[in-house]
Amino acid sequence: MTTIQMQGQTHSGPSTWQRLRTSRNFIALWFMLPAAAFLILFLAYPLFLGVWMSFTDARIGRAGIFVGLENYEWLWGDSIFWLSVFNTILYTTVASAIKFAVGLYLALLLNRHMPFKAIIRAAVLVPFIVPTVLSAIAFWWIYDAQFSIISWSLIKLGVIHENINFLGDDNWARASVIFANIWRGVPFVAITLLAGLQTVSPSLYEAATLDGATAWQRFRYITYPLLTPIIAVVMTFSVLFTFTDFQLIWALTRGGPVNATHLMATLSYQRGILSGRLGEGAAIATAMIPFLLAAIAISWFGMQRRKWQQGTDND
Amino acid sequence: MASVQISDVRKSFGGFEVLHGVTVPIEDGAFVVLVGPSGCGKSTLLRMLAGLERITSGTISIGERVVNDVQPKERDIAMVFQNYALYPHMTVAQNMGFSLKLRGADQNAIDSKVNRAADILDLRQLLDRFPRQLSGGQRQRVAMGRAIVRDPQVFLFDEPLSNLDAKLRVAMRTEIKELHQRLKTTTVYVTHDQIEAMTMADKIVVMHDGIVEQIGAPLELYDRPDNKFVAGFIGSPAMNFLDGTLKVNGGAPYVETANGAKLPLVDAPAASNGRPVSYGIRPEHLAFADSGIEAEVAVVEPTGSETQIVARVGNQEMIAVFRERHPIAPGDRIHLQPRPDVAHLFDRDNGQRLRA
Repeated sequence: MTTIQMQGQTHSGPSTWQRLRTSRNFIALWFMLPAAAFLILFLAYPLFLGVWMSFTDARIGRAGIFVGLENYEWLWGDSIFWLSVFNTILYTTVASAIKFAVGLYLALLLNRHMPFKAIIRAAVLVPFIVPTVLSAIAFWWIYDAQFSIISWSLIKLGVIHENINFLGDDNWARASVIFANIWRGVPFVAITLLAGLQTVSPSLYEAATLDGATAWQRFRYITYPLLTPIIAVVMTFSVLFTFTDFQLIWALTRGGPVNATHLMATLSYQRGILSGRLGEGAAIATAMIPFLLAAIAISWFGMQRRKWQQGTDND
Repeated sequence: MASVQISDVRKSFGGFEVLHGVTVPIEDGAFVVLVGPSGCGKSTLLRMLAGLERITSGTISIGERVVNDVQPKERDIAMVFQNYALYPHMTVAQNMGFSLKLRGADQNAIDSKVNRAADILDLRQLLDRFPRQLSGGQRQRVAMGRAIVRDPQVFLFDEPLSNLDAKLRVAMRTEIKELHQRLKTTTVYVTHDQIEAMTMADKIVVMHDGIVEQIGAPLELYDRPDNKFVAGFIGSPAMNFLDGTLKVNGGAPYVETANGAKLPLVDAPAASNGRPVSYGIRPEHLAFADSGIEAEVAVVEPTGSETQIVARVGNQEMIAVFRERHPIAPGDRIHLQPRPDVAHLFDRDNGQRLRA
């Protein structure tokens, strides 16, 4: 029916509907709507709700009323909260730095011609494929106060004389969870950087070789600069994942001993869900947002600097 | 500048030999083109010269020095790659100065050398651009600039023009030749395009399946190809070959084909009556005549300056090129008269040229 009506109108130039129907932007808008609806419903709305909740004194079973910045004021004076901030920054910085170094090294190694390359590449991915909780349970045994295989081996080798209390001592616990996180996170970094390495044309290395570059100079002047865009992306993701890590900590230590491994995410869960103080938990979670935005901003501006990647019209 | 000597060089990948003993002498200052179909080993040979591939056996010398075990950077050569291999994150000036920077030259020296090369190649305006912002021809010039800056003993070119469009290719061909005439640096240039080889080279090396088929000046290869492969490879459109039997019994020798056509010759090897041969005649050496090889026209392709005719003789196809505009249409029966003084005679079994 619409078709007939429209044909009637074509005499006096195309109708608004017809112009819309052929407009690429209008069609694009329609195609984007379902995705946008999902994002708004399941991402933006809960986020907004969480931020709103942090300004209320909601508890489980009680809607709560607006209390302004009271939750934040309370957190400001809470030493456990600050400890969790410190832990999170330590955890993220140390784990990300090591993941980057080890991942890059592995990627360079895997990019060489070697026997059983495909199998080795697949093996590198294993820690990434295993469900976090499963690997956490394995680590739990590895770090067990009595049955730890590390302690056992070191005692047998005569390096130490008594078991290491991996998850019971503040610093050992921090080191242990950081190690577990690195083990889990390295494959993502390594495989993504490997993909980046493979986009570098081999003839660039040949040209550099003829230009007189040593292996280190080829890395320093060719590989590294060409890899920076993908490094920026992969490290942004890595930092975001590490900063918001919850599963591994919860399965290994639940934030213990004495909050020594509490991250902001685990503390938020403990306060908000287990203790039922939803408002306070939401405030802790909301406090993570500035850190995450800062991480994104750094990588964003890092990427903007690279003029050589951009189009043709910037002389 | 230096001469290059390639002596009995072999190359195997795994157990598979791709170069079977190649010997090529290259004089100081010469422009030598390695030409051949893909897979003939020409690029491998060039890469061995550059030091990017190991030499399985034989020797390569640059100047007086055997370079088999010399590192690429110590060979004092510069290479222009097919895809240019410009560093995308460096400006034109940085690309050109990279090798000097690695050698630890100070910035003033680098700048003056880069500027000099940029003047030669007309790149002065582009020094601050990134490779992305350049056209194909400009990238090609930057790649040459990078080679010039190093002032090497030998320039190596690996199919440098094959990524350019036809018109630009012709222009760059001239430019490279001019550059060589100006710098007089020994140059080894690899291409699969025989026109490039013919127009640019002092000396052409025709390669095929890992061996050298013939080495010679362009016109020498054109006029006196050693074998059927070279005869068919050099020249466009390619030489026609007609199989037949050599007849030498008093009078002028000729070749008789299976369908009875008589192909004229000026002379022929003695005592070879009845020998099975291939008669080679270039398309431009066939005349439109009243007598000669009878052929049926299949396709007429006028290019303006000349007209190319594809015709069938029995079950064989022949190509003729006329500068005159004859009224010929597909389906016509015509006669093609070969010029006996420029006909070529090859042994039908081994393809070698038969000399009178």
